Amino acid sequence: MEPIISVKHLHKSFGAHKVLTDISVDIHSREVVVVIGPSGSGKSTFLRCLNLLEQPQEGDIIIEGTSLMAKSTRINDIRTEVGMVFQQFNLFPHKKVIENIMLAPMQVRKWPADKARQKALELLQKVGLSEKAEMYPASLSGGQAQRVAIARALAMEPKIMLFDEPTSALDPEMVGEVLAVMKDLASEGMTMVVVTHEMGFAREVGDRVLFMEQGIVVEQGVPEQLFGNPSHERTREFLSKVL
Amino acid sequence: MDFRFDIIVHYLPVLLKGTLFTIGVSLVSILCGSILGLVIGFGKMAPRWYFRWPFHAYINIFRGTPLYVQILIVHFGLIPLFYGKTYALMSAFVALSLNSAAYSAEIFRAGIQSIDPGQREAALSLGMTKLQAMRFIILPQAIKRMVPAFGNEFIVLVKDSSLLALIAAPEIMYWSNTMKGQYLRIWEPYLTAALIYFILTYSLSKLLNYIERKV
Ligand SMILES: Nc1ncnc2c1ncn2[C@@H]1O[C@H](COP(=O)(O)OP(=O)(O)OP(=O)(O)O)[C@@H](O)[C@H]1O
Ligand SMILES: [Mg+2]
Repeated sequence: MEPIISVKHLHKSFGAHKVLTDISVDIHSREVVVVIGPSGSGKSTFLRCLNLLEQPQEGDIIIEGTSLMAKSTRINDIRTEVGMVFQQFNLFPHKKVIENIMLAPMQVRKWPADKARQKALELLQKVGLSEKAEMYPASLSGGQAQRVAIARALAMEPKIMLFDEPTSALDPEMVGEVLAVMKDLASEGMTMVVVTHEMGFAREVGDRVLFMEQGIVVEQGVPEQLFGNPSHERTREFLSKVL
Repeated sequence: MDFRFDIIVHYLPVLLKGTLFTIGVSLVSILCGSILGLVIGFGKMAPRWYFRWPFHAYINIFRGTPLYVQILIVHFGLIPLFYGKTYALMSAFVALSLNSAAYSAEIFRAGIQSIDPGQREAALSLGMTKLQAMRFIILPQAIKRMVPAFGNEFIVLVKDSSLLALIAAPEIMYWSNTMKGQYLRIWEPYLTAALIYFILTYSLSKLLNYIERKV
């Protein structure tokens, strides 16, 4: 089967600083890929290349058969199919929770307001926050804000969801509620790429784990193998520190 | 010290006309200045240095030279260049607008750049265009932060318009100077002028406070 995302020999530098070196990864539809690695190893940069929030210098990314690097590709169209959830939530503070969710479907997909509202209410129910619809983001807890951010991304009905450390900014007692929403999503068959330090989540939900260090994918495999019997010394070292 | 209210009363009609002129020139200049400033502010945020450079230079030149000098250059240099002779009214509008544009540009730029880049990224990641991200996400938040700075700029502009007396634009200071010339008195013309400016700027700051609470 064709992979839904195919990353080929990707290189990315910031000025003279090389951040990603020759990354090649295929991700299949319905797969949950977890990316782990030490701070500064390029995990966020890799994820942000997948929706071109960062522009790579070399290589190619092919999503559903369309090359992101091709001149003819309209990047906004790709981004409607690839949702992203950020560590800092990035909710729009001047808009109510429900408006946060409705805005992109209405402006980008040109949905009428009642259809967008309907969808937003469904999604709020799904993440367990129906009663917060008319609130402003400032009044939400971190865990609630992140669940709204997930709902906002889902409102565009993306085929792929990217998560960049979605629980790292949360108080420990709120991590679970966000991971639970992500687990649900995975079990519904969403294709997900998740950068996280939650090794429990990686083991339980991940179909595959990538270990990155210094801009290179050092090793990848199913969780049991990567966590239980890593083949690289560097992977072993990293895991001994975090587990 | 005798204080002659009668000469103030005598000059009141022209002083009121001068006040209207000051209000008019300030309003038009802040409006034209903001529109021009928006363009210059965006120009200064252009990704490439050679697009940025002219806007950068504009702001530095207008902020780095006295308004006094700018008014003289516009009045005796720029306007005659285009029209053969000079017009105080036009020089007044042009000089204040060009000057105000430089400050407005910086207010716009600072306001827009004060918004967390994550806001723009979130908007783009949802498939919005750069323009949509600007219009629905960045500007509404930035404008709120710009209001106090704009209010301040407006008040400064009203006071700075007094420099237009230099080119005989018929504003408050011009008429106070005339009054001083006619009666050879100091306190009456200048205290009256000061009071009028104070009333203008004080009401303006009250109005701006109100607007700030509203947005
Ligand atoms: N916009 C940027 N400009 C310059 N350097 C950057 C930029 N973004 C990231 N970097 C650098 O690239 C390297 C990789 O950063 P990245 O954020 O991808 O790491 P990460 O694996 O996500 O780390 P963390 O776990 O801390 O989030 C770091 O050295 C970082 O300083
Ligand atoms: Mg990161």
